[in-house]
Amino acid sequence: MPAVGTSARRYEGPEKLSGRALYLDDHDIPGCLFGVTLRSEIPRGRIKNVVFDRAFPWSECVVATAEDIPTNIVALIEDDQPLLADGIVRHALEPIALIAHESREKAYEALRFVRVEYEELPPVLTIEDSLSRREILYGSDNVFKRYLVRRGDVEKGLRESPVVVEGEYRVPHQEQAYIENNAMAAWWKDGALTVMGSLQCPYYVHKAMKKLFGLSDGQVRVIQATTGGGFGGKEEYPNMIGGHAAALARKAGRPVKIVYDRSEDMAATTKRHPAIVRHRTGLSRDGRLIAQDIQVLMDGGAYVTLSPVVLSRGTIHAPGPYECPNVRVDASVLATNTPPNGAFRGFGAPQTLFAAELHWEKIAAATGIDSLSLRRKNAFREGSVTATGQVLKESVGAREVLDLAVGKSGYLKKRSSYKRWNRDPKKPCWKGIGLALVHHGGGFTGSGEVYLASRAAVSIGRDGLVRVLAASTEIGQGTNTLFSQIVADALGLPRDLVAIENPDTAKVPDSGPTVASRTCMVVGGLLRRAADDLRSALLEAAGGSIPQSRSKLRQAAVRLCAGEKERRFEASYEPPAGVHWDDKSYSGDAYAVYSYAAVAADIEVDKTSFEVRVRKITTAQDIGRAINPLLAAGQVTGGTAQAVGWALYENVVMKNGRMTNPQLTNYIIPTALDTPPMDVILVEKPFSGGPFGAKGVGELPMDVPAPAIAAAVHQATGILIPELPLIPETLHRYHDQTQRQR
Amino acid sequence: MIKLNVNGKRRSFSGPLFKRLIDVLREDFRLTGTKEGCGEGECGACTVFLDGEPVNSCLIPVAHAEGRKVETIESLANAKKLGVMQEAFLKRGGAQCGICTPGMVMTAEYWRRVGGSPEPEAIRNVLAGNLCRCTGYQHIVDSVIEALGRRRKKARGQKA
Repeated sequence: MPAVGTSARRYEGPEKLSGRALYLDDHDIPGCLFGVTLRSEIPRGRIKNVVFDRAFPWSECVVATAEDIPTNIVALIEDDQPLLADGIVRHALEPIALIAHESREKAYEALRFVRVEYEELPPVLTIEDSLSRREILYGSDNVFKRYLVRRGDVEKGLRESPVVVEGEYRVPHQEQAYIENNAMAAWWKDGALTVMGSLQCPYYVHKAMKKLFGLSDGQVRVIQATTGGGFGGKEEYPNMIGGHAAALARKAGRPVKIVYDRSEDMAATTKRHPAIVRHRTGLSRDGRLIAQDIQVLMDGGAYVTLSPVVLSRGTIHAPGPYECPNVRVDASVLATNTPPNGAFRGFGAPQTLFAAELHWEKIAAATGIDSLSLRRKNAFREGSVTATGQVLKESVGAREVLDLAVGKSGYLKKRSSYKRWNRDPKKPCWKGIGLALVHHGGGFTGSGEVYLASRAAVSIGRDGLVRVLAASTEIGQGTNTLFSQIVADALGLPRDLVAIENPDTAKVPDSGPTVASRTCMVVGGLLRRAADDLRSALLEAAGGSIPQSRSKLRQAAVRLCAGEKERRFEASYEPPAGVHWDDKSYSGDAYAVYSYAAVAADIEVDKTSFEVRVRKITTAQDIGRAINPLLAAGQVTGGTAQAVGWALYENVVMKNGRMTNPQLTNYIIPTALDTPPMDVILVEKPFSGGPFGAKGVGELPMDVPAPAIAAAVHQATGILIPELPLIPETLHRYHDQTQRQR
Repeated sequence: MIKLNVNGKRRSFSGPLFKRLIDVLREDFRLTGTKEGCGEGECGACTVFLDGEPVNSCLIPVAHAEGRKVETIESLANAKKLGVMQEAFLKRGGAQCGICTPGMVMTAEYWRRVGGSPEPEAIRNVLAGNLCRCTGYQHIVDSVIEALGRRRKKARGQKA
């Protein structure tokens, strides 16, 4: 029986459910010290002096500073970020020094005996502040990266449009809030370094360690421990913590473990980029798009880190899943003296799609055509051309997901019944239902996958065990299970004969980072090809049919291995035929394919407290093929809940460049009671380039609920609030303004 | 010295009386199934039973457990077989990254043992002290319903 398409049980589920799975802090590492980080208290300044108070017994500790790092650079896109601040701090909580002690308690205590003396410099804390160029933090203009996407002639389009609608939208930081905080350990032996930890991208850490300590490929080994959630938050930051643990371990001559507590993790590590998005949209009187002029500004924080690629995805998704002959997207990410923002599920797209989707409400008001009809008029279909000039040849489910979400939620009926309900002043609440429709490109943007040149392999040992060899990590999303299903079916074997090798750079090839909704679609595709090659070899060795029992498989494997310990079949990335991208003009096939999702959000707003409660989310998502429907639905419900949090509860309060509420007590992520029941419809429009037709699903669900909720709040209250989060204070402020204007 | 019963075994602890129960379980007894997510009683990842009642073990000084019965996630399964609640979580997709899972399963198991209601609203209410960032809770609620349903089926079967 084929495994693909079934809700096969989670591969590592029994270990996780029984408490046997070992996360980093669960590993008992003999002789291990505990490391802590001394951080900047100010957003910008020169370090004049670091004073170690003699009252503390420093001989018990190992201390590392910038001087202890051979090449003090955290390798990513640019070389601008030091592992430890060297003379100057560019954001609050920037690491300055490291301390290791045998006792976790004592290590934290030691931090209280260090004082840093600064010469403070004026900080740049917001996008507007950075744009003003009052202070220059980066290059000549504070711009980390700028992209320009052009199609047609946007100025001419706007001039010729009978209706032009303008809007400005603002979205805030968001904390990933994985329940396992960041944690890494490191140890050295004979000049070689091993790093183990909670991480998404083993080879990112591998590359960073090589640069920091001047090591060769073979001198660095990176092992993933069971990882308690990532959502992007463990994409790049483990380079930093891994480097810290390695620096301390190098100096101590002993293993060192660094495990952040919640408050340090929330305040110091990366978050979703805040953004300002401005739209000028030209339409015909009957609601057809003629021109979209979009400006995107993101806050990158103090160092470049991943901001250029976050901006790139935000830029390409900014027009939404609609065809428009004249488009201009002018996008920049700016430097500020705040902790660097980074990867978070959706990677720039939720920010720009929030604006694109909520803008339809404004257009609906201006044209008198409801937003559903407007979307239906303009949504992508097969053959549509995107803003980057990509022709959408196949697997375009935009209209299907929209119609399914509308139909299944009773959108039209509720829209009119809520209108009547809201007219009655005696009701204790207002009601609303709102829509959004989005697309999300699978895999790296543009030529990204070509540059990555990922490799993945399937091996068979003399013991008859089939192993999946990839650096793609299981972080809760189901990598292990999907890979075992794909490989089992490609081989025609039962799934329990397929094992997953733990991501360990000493054992698995570089299948690229575990990001960008690429694991199933891109790496799963590589594994399918590798498994096809193994299948051919196995057929030959077994005399024409694939053995179905472990013992028969073992016999065939012994023949196939011919004296070797194992036979390995590897596949490397090949771009799909006919896909072209030009980095210079930023045009062409931005992604091999897009996934599509629509949400209808049914909400009510308490007239006294202004609390928004989501009663129900109905969502349809076109993901090509659900390799495992239960896991796919789990991605949808989980991403939806994160987006509900972003829309309604999660409020990063920044003061003087630092988060003032870095606790789960006052940074509110949704509980079981805050999260609505969800109706999830998986739509399968197969993609010929994905394994068994699969497209990406990881990020898509995060893109779509927030604008639908804001649109529902618009119907409920009559106020279009162009910012998040929609906490009672925000609603109250807008409500008061509206009252005064009346 | 503190004497307590952990997962049916008599244990003793002779360190600081105010050491957190979670640290004693993890560091002194090497029961690492209990997880720390926040250290301030918000996330519930450290949920264990103290005399059968779920508590946040990050908020309990070990002295408070003197002479009492502590049960952790490790007590729910034996080497070969998962418990009813764990099995239901596996079947219904209630665990993803797994870090909130031990605490979540303990709270759900408490609900099962006290004969709690299988209504989704009631289950959401009892789970509201356990944060999960992966699942959006829907599959967790389904898992608990599954486990409670099994109990009810069993009960009905016995009557007949």
